[in-house]
Amino acid sequence: MITVHLFASLREAAGRGTLELEAVEGLTVHGLLDQLCRQYPRLEPLRPSLRGAVNQSYADWGDSVSDGDEVAFFPPVSGGGP
Amino acid sequence: MIQLVAGPIDAAAVIRQVQSPAAGAVVTFDGVVRNHARGKAVTHLFYEAYDDMALKEMDAIRTRSLEQFPVIEVAIAHRVGRLEIGESSVLVAVSSAHRKDAFEACRFAIDTLKKTVPIWKREHYEDGEVWVEEYAGG
Repeated sequence: MITVHLFASLREAAGRGTLELEAVEGLTVHGLLDQLCRQYPRLEPLRPSLRGAVNQSYADWGDSVSDGDEVAFFPPVSGGGP
Repeated sequence: MIQLVAGPIDAAAVIRQVQSPAAGAVVTFDGVVRNHARGKAVTHLFYEAYDDMALKEMDAIRTRSLEQFPVIEVAIAHRVGRLEIGESSVLVAVSSAHRKDAFEACRFAIDTLKKTVPIWKREHYEDGEVWVEEYAGG
């Protein structure tokens, strides 16, 4: 299984922060997001600005995802205060 | 040296972490919750973090600061959860032999943190709330 975490506006749009998806052969970060957007259509409009991470490191869309990985999707960061 | 905290940041404790007999300067950046944004009155803020990755990215900033500037130590504490007006959301402390290096490294650390550390801010107003997803500088 692949554990997926969603944060901030994505978490609210999907209505949940963590979910598990089946790992399939040749899966990429991009493919995983396609799957998520089909499952949670409210994520689609947020898609253009978001970032992905695999195992707590920033990922490229073409990076592969395998069984046991932790993947996260989130909007641009805004921490740090003023 | 690197921490996410749910309660008030203990600034004195963060500063103590960078103190050294070899340091001639300690520079700190204190990010404070202000009462307005985008022309609206802000009542409070809520910060959400991807904890594991945020700590990893903050640690990477500390390492890069130590590599790129002749500084002695770097400490970063970031708040999560609900924050009231006037509270500190982030504190960066840097020590160095001479002040110029600590100023430069402190600026590098806070500027990089705003771009790379997965922490999100939700602004709350009298009439609603919004996730701030495009940091415009300041």
